[in-house]
Amino acid sequence: MRRSNEPLFWSLFSAGGVVTALLVPALILVTGFLVPAERVEFGRLEAILSHPVGRLALFGVASLTFIHAAHRLRHVLVDMGLRRFRGPIAVAAYLAAIGGAAWAATVAFA
Amino acid sequence: MTQAPSDATTIRLEIARYRPEQDERPVLERYDVPYRHEWVVLDALNYLKDHIDGTLSYRWSCRMGICGSCGMMVNGVPKLTCSAFLRDYLPGPIRVEPMANFPVERDLVTVLDDFMEKFQAVKPWIIRDGEQPLEEGEYRQTPAQLADFKQFSMCINCMLCYAACPVYQHEDEFLGPAVLALAQRYNHDSRDQGKGERQELIWSDEGIWDCTFVGECSAVCPKHVDPAGAIQQAKVESTVGWYRSFLAPFGRG
Ligand code: SF4
Ligand code: FES
Repeated sequence: MRRSNEPLFWSLFSAGGVVTALLVPALILVTGFLVPAERVEFGRLEAILSHPVGRLALFGVASLTFIHAAHRLRHVLVDMGLRRFRGPIAVAAYLAAIGGAAWAATVAFA
Repeated sequence: MTQAPSDATTIRLEIARYRPEQDERPVLERYDVPYRHEWVVLDALNYLKDHIDGTLSYRWSCRMGICGSCGMMVNGVPKLTCSAFLRDYLPGPIRVEPMANFPVERDLVTVLDDFMEKFQAVKPWIIRDGEQPLEEGEYRQTPAQLADFKQFSMCINCMLCYAACPVYQHEDEFLGPAVLALAQRYNHDSRDQGKGERQELIWSDEGIWDCTFVGECSAVCPKHVDPAGAIQQAKVESTVGWYRSFLAPFGRG
């Protein structure tokens, strides 16, 4: 019996779940409310996010979130009855996540 | 929660009957049985069998939530019928069906072969490389070592968690909640040395990885075993083992 390679996907999925739950609400609060309300200066936010560490963090959050979503979508679709297509579904979901991560990289490191 | 005794005198049961010699598929049949405030669904079934229709088939033994043999679907939810009070289902009717996700043998009796096979496959016993000599005394455990697996050892093999699991419903291969909790029960026992033997199966695609952490197993478990938690724990351990196997390809994962 072959050892499953699912740990790779599951660990990225879990990491994505953690950053999504912790950081995305904070990001929405800052970019969606505090900056428009001028409670946080846009310039400061921009400075943080253009620092190499800030860029890396932004890329991390975005790419892990994509992977988390892809993994969840893959399992939901299979659980909902598309079992026969589980292979193509997995490939399509993770390819989309990789595409999303690549896009995030071009934005974060531009 | 205790309610005041109701003035109901009878309650209606809708029982799934399946008599392979006459029924093509299970059919619901209705019976009115006396209502007693202190009766459980199993008491009503026993009354029905003794006084109304002696051909009804179902399993039970202890009447006290310990043997694990009286599991059925009560109004669509997996329950130990010896612990499900009629008064919680007033005014009725109460629908009683065989446990979901298992083939039906007859009436409320299910075929358990699949569970029994998987149960044995995880080697649910203490495995040791060798016994220590008698003069060294018993294998002692600290309270912390006991706490590490005690909850998983409370399982009574009632299989309610299988009846509740939407993954087991469509993945025949999936080892399922109770069996995986049982594997953790031995893997986490300080006296056991069989983790390596169990891992191959548990860490395979058929082992833990079909589980999507729906959590229904833990919700219906009458013994608070928390099989969903056990599976999550096994996933973490398997993931650590997977990464470690790259660092030390020849070490024991
Ligand atoms: S884990 Fe709970 S629900 Fe599942 S078989 Fe054991 S006691 Fe029953
Ligand atoms: S009859 Fe034994 S658990 Fe219900």
